[in-house]
Order: sequence, then structure tokens, then C-alpha cells
Amino acid sequence: MKIIITGCGKIGTTITSCLASEGHDLVCIDDDAEVVNEIVNIYDVMGVCGNGADSDTLTEAGVESAELFIAVTGSDELNMLSCFIARRMGAKHTIARIRNPEYNDEKGLGLMRRELHLSMAINPDLMAAKELENILKFPSAVNVEIFSGRNFEMVQIRLKPNSALDGMSLSEMRKKYDAKFLVCVVQREDEVFIPDGSFVLKSGDKIGLTASPSEIQKLLKMLGILQKQARNVMILGASRTAFYLAKRLLLVGNTVKIIEKDKQKCAEFSNLLPGAMVICGDGASQELLLEEGLETTDAFVALTGMDEENILISIFASTKNVPKVIAKVNRNELASMAEDLGLDCIVSPKKIISDIVTRYARALENTIGSNVENLYKIMDGKAEVLEFSVQSDFEYVNIPLKDMHLKSNILIAGILRGKKIIIPAGDDVIMPGDNVIVLAAGGRMQDLLDIIK
Amino acid sequence: MNLKMVFNTVGRMIFLEAALLVLPLIVALIYGEGSIAISYLITILIALAVGSVLKFAVKPKSQVIYAKEGFAIVALVWLFISLIGTVPFVISKEIPNFIDAFFETVSGFTTTGASIIDDLSVLSHANLFWRSFTHWMGGMGVLVFVMAFMPNIADRSIHIMRAEMPGPVVGKLVPKVKDTAKILYLIYIALTALEAILLMCGGMTVFESLVHAFGTAGTGGFGIRADSIGSYSPYIQWVIASFMLLFGINFNLYYLILVRRIKSVLKSTELWCYVAIVIFASAIIASNVFSIYNNFPDTIRNSVFQVAAIITTTGFSTVDFNTWPELSKGILFVLMFIGGCAGSTAGGLKLSRAILLFKQSLREFKRLLHPRSVNAVRMEGKPVDESTLSSVSTYFGLYMICILSVFLLLSFEPFGLETNFSAAVSCFNNVGPGFGKVGPFDGYSIYSGFSKIVLSVAMLLGRLEIYPLLLVFNPATWSKNK
Repeated sequence: MKIIITGCGKIGTTITSCLASEGHDLVCIDDDAEVVNEIVNIYDVMGVCGNGADSDTLTEAGVESAELFIAVTGSDELNMLSCFIARRMGAKHTIARIRNPEYNDEKGLGLMRRELHLSMAINPDLMAAKELENILKFPSAVNVEIFSGRNFEMVQIRLKPNSALDGMSLSEMRKKYDAKFLVCVVQREDEVFIPDGSFVLKSGDKIGLTASPSEIQKLLKMLGILQKQARNVMILGASRTAFYLAKRLLLVGNTVKIIEKDKQKCAEFSNLLPGAMVICGDGASQELLLEEGLETTDAFVALTGMDEENILISIFASTKNVPKVIAKVNRNELASMAEDLGLDCIVSPKKIISDIVTRYARALENTIGSNVENLYKIMDGKAEVLEFSVQSDFEYVNIPLKDMHLKSNILIAGILRGKKIIIPAGDDVIMPGDNVIVLAAGGRMQDLLDIIK
Repeated sequence: MNLKMVFNTVGRMIFLEAALLVLPLIVALIYGEGSIAISYLITILIALAVGSVLKFAVKPKSQVIYAKEGFAIVALVWLFISLIGTVPFVISKEIPNFIDAFFETVSGFTTTGASIIDDLSVLSHANLFWRSFTHWMGGMGVLVFVMAFMPNIADRSIHIMRAEMPGPVVGKLVPKVKDTAKILYLIYIALTALEAILLMCGGMTVFESLVHAFGTAGTGGFGIRADSIGSYSPYIQWVIASFMLLFGINFNLYYLILVRRIKSVLKSTELWCYVAIVIFASAIIASNVFSIYNNFPDTIRNSVFQVAAIITTTGFSTVDFNTWPELSKGILFVLMFIGGCAGSTAGGLKLSRAILLFKQSLREFKRLLHPRSVNAVRMEGKPVDESTLSSVSTYFGLYMICILSVFLLLSFEPFGLETNFSAAVSCFNNVGPGFGKVGPFDGYSIYSGFSKIVLSVAMLLGRLEIYPLLLVFNPATWSKNK
């Protein structure tokens, strides 16, 4: 599928990397020749140097045959304009990054999307804020992915040293804890496994569990690692993500404290968020953090623009036994280093965006047969969770799962039938109209049929 | 330096060569040349052995290659395939001396077409076929071939393509390297097939037409007769002349024609310069040599043919241009330097580089008058990067240094300035024939073993555009600390 990406900054490059590994034909546009050279050297893509809203540049990039056009330059207006022109010149679908909060209110965005014929408008800060909110609601987990609206969750938890599960095989675990859950994926150091019953867990593993929300609560309670929802949150840095997050948290009645160095930004935030406590001071000062009650807060979220600052201050917060510490880290290499240093909860807006775009591209590619409705990359992108809707022409309906010859490294993690969530066992079957959630480590899935050998 | 990946790739390329060696084997079987067939069989076995050692013994941990690995892969692949391509000539005892056979093979792969064989009738059909087939492979590039038709090429493989494809800037036609390589090769194959068919219509046998189509497509110039194309009919000479010119044009333009962007083709500065140079050079030479042939068709045909053969660095000939007046020889000599368009199979400095050098010099000259003036050099309707300009001038500097060094090393030979200098220039630019004692109907057999090796290196340097080979001979490339 031919995809054009204009703007090769951090987000553009991440999207390029994802889509290139998916095998799409990519053309990258940027007005900086050096950036274009760099991206062409690293990825198998074509580079065009120029302005993404200029029709000559777009013609050179071959916009008339493009299936998807993605505008992720730093400027919202340029993104909108280039999407509009690209669409007029023949691109079939367009995605624009629009991050200015003023454009992001429901009414304005809806109007703009309609009038500019945008297929999707993405706002990295808002997406990150939504993800942060999910994590804060459920702080026992490293991460929570929600599939199919609010129906089905995958919760990732890290086994602490001396965990009750250390040295226990999955079948023993199943016997001991009476709840409907499924351990679908285990990450141990750099490797990702899809475990079977004989798989033995170790401390330090990151495991992914699927179950319905109430069952997960039950299981975590039995394991003794259930934490209460964070009600009292301290946010470092008055970034856009911080704004969206604070707004959402305040809406459901949490207390939010925001620490920011810049006076003007503080004033702006206190205007926009009357319910929040805004502190003007250097968040890198440990004295200040302690004075503002770091030790008694439920959760600490570091959202400054500097990855390094976020990591270091989060580590400090961890040493002060803050129950939940989250750091925003945009650079991949830093993210893995931060995990080694003991920060297990890291959020990266550009990764969230590239997941969304990849999912959209895959869904575009499959217009017949079973569709990828949702795609999540988990465990540093080493495994994927895909949601397919089963069409009536699917060949393997009504066959018990144990009789289906599934490929190795593939697991059916859940079946959604109407409002019911089935955590599948060997006797369950797939029916037309179901949504099936499939977990795959290594190898790329396009269609539900790909799970069969 | 990711040495394991480099050697693994070299191993894979040797496998490919083993597969390609099956073609001359088939030719040998068709013509009933039993002993030759055996020598090809032995060569294939050797290639498989060397290839498996490199491919299976060296398992790369990471597939990542950077620009330097790209250069090293290209240089080593060309050295190895030349060495293995030499084997059948030696085993079959048709070119018993190893250095001679190496010169001949390098001359084939680099599409030079300089030969050390005085009497072509000693060569069997299979060896003649292999000699010309190396032109065809070398013309578009062996690694580009692999990229086009093998699965799984890693990211960053653009570095390999860039190191092997001639020209100052190597761009892609379509987003993927693999598809770009495929398009180029399909155009190449189609044009070659078309030429072979047209040659057959002119009365050539299948064998002859294939050999000459290969020689033209790669802009190589190995023929099968002592007088090259001279004794063929005017029709055949015209077909070959036109196809030489076609293969000297940037292949990107053919792609643009295929996708119906003819307007951008017509805007190409390089193409118009190429056409203008061919017309002017032919016209001047025609008026200069008219007194020799005394009839219009012969004069025009011979001068156009020779201009085409030299500017595209093919090196076929219909007449002995050594006997032409000095003005004509002078023009041909200058054309050897310029060469064909970038992105074609031709050798030489490349027309686009020559144009950029010329425009840049004009700009420097203007700066003498207006020291503070700011001017961008424009090409194909767009301003050219300063970094591209400086790399073009650097390349030109290195190019002259290399040619002069080759010439100095040849000066041990007692053949006079004209012969030695034209041999150096002709081999470096992958033309083939020179002047004096290395004229179109003479060969390079007069040179000593040492000079033949020097000339072989010159041909490789010229084909790979200097950098890859220099990099491989630089110890710092292989040291771990630098």
C-alpha cells in the first residue's frame, strides 16, 4: 500500500519505522534535506525534499496513487492544509496531527474533520493523557490495554522479587487461584514468550493477563498486589499532556498538583484548570518535591519535555516509596535504559501514535474477510494483540479451539460475543459475529485465517 | 565494521555467480564443446565451495550495514567474482596465463571491453559467451541484480545500491530499493531483448546477436571478430549504434516514459547535453573524415557509430579510427573522459558530473568579478546542494589523480605517450580501445603482467567510481579501533 508521510520529526520517524517494517511503500516528505537523507539512509523509503502542502512536491511524491496520507509536521495548520490538498489531488485517506488544544474541542474538531475530509485527526498529547488516566485508575499494573471499547482488558504486571508466583507453573497457578483469567504473554529480559501450562514464572517477569475487569480485581486481590485507584496525583511539568491529564483527572474528582518552573505557564495553567493546585518551582529540587508532599501522594507523573529529567526525578520518587510512578520517555533507547533502572511504567506519546497509525493502515489494507479492528503493540513492540471481527464466511466457525491447528506463538486471548467476554479454553468455539482477540509474538498477522497452520 | 555481514553477502554473491555460470555451460553443451563444459563444471564447483564457506561459516549476528559496509561489500564482491570468473579461461587453457585471464574477466565485468586476445578464433563459443555475458552482468551491476530478484533485503541496503550504481546522486524511482532495482533490470532486459531481435532480423545467428546485445547493453564492447563490427552489414551497424546511445541514457528517464511523465523527460538537462554532444561531435568528425570514405552514407555511419561507441564507453568499432586525422582522434579522446549519462550502464566521468563541474567553474569565475555574489548552481531545473557540488569536485580530483597514477605506472613500458596515456584513460573510463598501439583493432597483449594488473585495477576503480576500492585497501577500514 502506498503511504506518504510529511514531517520527519520524532513522530514521523517512528511512524515511518513501523510502517516500513510492515512492508508498505513509503514516501517521506520534509523540507530539511538533511533529515530526508537520514531517513532514506536508514529505512527503505523514498524521500522528497519540499513543503508537504506544495502541489509540486506532492506530485513528485506521487500523491495521486497514495492510499494514505499522513501529515505530522510540527504545525497543525500545515498538517491540515497538506491533508486537504493531498485529498484533493487524489490521496484516498488522510490523517493529520492536530495538537493545539483550541482546535481539539469536540465541535471544532468535528467540523474540521468533516470539511477537510480527514479520515482521522490525531493528538499525541491527548492520547498519552488517556493512556495515563487508564494506568492511574489501575495502579497495580504496569500498563493496561483496553480492547473493544471498555469490555476487555489486558493488564500487564511485573512480578516483584519474592512474588508469590515465583517458580510456579501456569497450570499450578490456575489451580491455586480460582478466577477466570489467562496469562497470555510473558516478557523475560529481552525475550517474549507465549506460555503454555508448563511454563514456570520467575520474579522479574512482566506478564500480560486477560480477564474481565472484575475478575482481574479478584485475582490481584488474591495475589495481594491490588492497589487502590490513585486519587491524589502529582504532575511534574506543565506540558500539553499534563493539561489534558489534569483536566480528565479533575473531572472525576481527583486532586491534582502540578509543578512547573516557568511562571507564565503556571499562570496559564491556573487559569485553564481552576481546580488544580499549581506550584511554581523547580521540580528537579528534591526539597521542593518533599515539601509539596511527594511522600504522601498516590501517584507521581513526570511529563516535562526532557526525557532525562523525567527519568531521574521519577527514580527519586520511587526511592521515596510513591506507590505509582510514571515517566514520559520519548526516546526508545532511553526507555529501555529506564526500565533497567527500575522504572517499569513508561509512557511514550510517539509510540502510542505510531500504534494508532499502524492499526489504521492495517485495517485499510484488509477490506474483505476478517478485519483487524484493533491492534496493540505490547512488550516493547515484540508482541501484538489484534482484534478481528469474524465474518460469516470464516471457515473455522464452531470448531473447538483444541481441534484447530494454531500456529506456534499464537494465542486466542479472548472471544467477545455480544456483551459476554469468554476467556477461552479448549472447548470454546468461534462463531460468526464474534470479535476474537489474538495475541501474536513475532510474525505479522493480516487476517484471522493467518492463525491457522 | 560488520565483517560477518560483509563476508556473508560476498558468499551469497558467489552462489549467484555459480548459478550464472550454468549459462555458458549450456552453450558449451549446445556446441558440443565437451572439454570446455568440464572446465565450467569445475568452476561452478569451486564457486559453490568458496560460496558455502563464506555463507555458512560466517553467520552475521546483526544484519545492519552502514555506508562503509556497503562500499566494502561492493568492492569485495567485484574482486571475488572477477577471480572466479577467471577460472574457466585458465582451466580450459584458452587463456592459460592467469594474469591475462584476470585482465580479460575484469575487462568483461567492468564493461571495458579491452582484450589481450590477438586471435579471437581460438576461443570456444562458451568462452566467447561468458566473456560477453560478464558485460551484461557488470553493466547494471551484480548486487543490484540480487536486490531485484532475491527476497529479504535488509534496511539500509540503499548503501549497497549507491556504492554500485554510477553517478553523483543515486535516487530511487519508487519507495522500495527492491522495486527500484527490479524496474531498472526489467527495462534493461527488455532493451537487450529488443536489440537481440533486431540484430537477428539483420541476419545474425542467435549466438552472435546475443553476444553483441550483451556487449552493447553493458556498454562493454567484446565482439567475436577481429575487426569488431566492421564486417557486418550497415543495418547491423546502425542498430548497434542506436542501442549504444540508448544504453548511455539515464535509465530513470525510461521509467518516467513508462509512467507517462514525458514532460519531465524532455526537461532533462543531461539528456539534451548528451544529444547535443553526440550530434556536434559526429558532425565535426564526419566533415573531418569525409575525404577518407568519399561517400555520404559511409562517412555518416562510421562517424556516428564511433562517437556513440566512445561516449557510451562501449568501444565497438567499425573502422580503425587510429588512422583518422588528429582532430577526429582528439574529439574521441575527449569523449572518453566525459562518458555517458549518470544512471546508465556507461562508464567515464558521467555527463552530469561534467555539467556540474562546468557550471561550478563558471560560478567561481563570476565570483572573481563579484566576490560577494550568491548563486546556486542549477541542474534539471533545481538548485544543486553545495555538498553534492563539493563531492563532485572531490571526485574529479581523485579521478584525475588515479588516471595520472595509472599512467605513471604504465610508463615503464616502451610504447610512447600516446599509447600509454590513452591505455590508462581508456581502461579507467571502461572504454576499451585507445590510440597508438592499443587502437581498436589491436589488443593489450603487448603489455607486461605488471601493467596488466595495473590496468585491471584501473578498470575496477573506474567502474566502481574509486571510493569502494580505495576504502578496501585502506587499513583503517579493517581496524577495530578506528
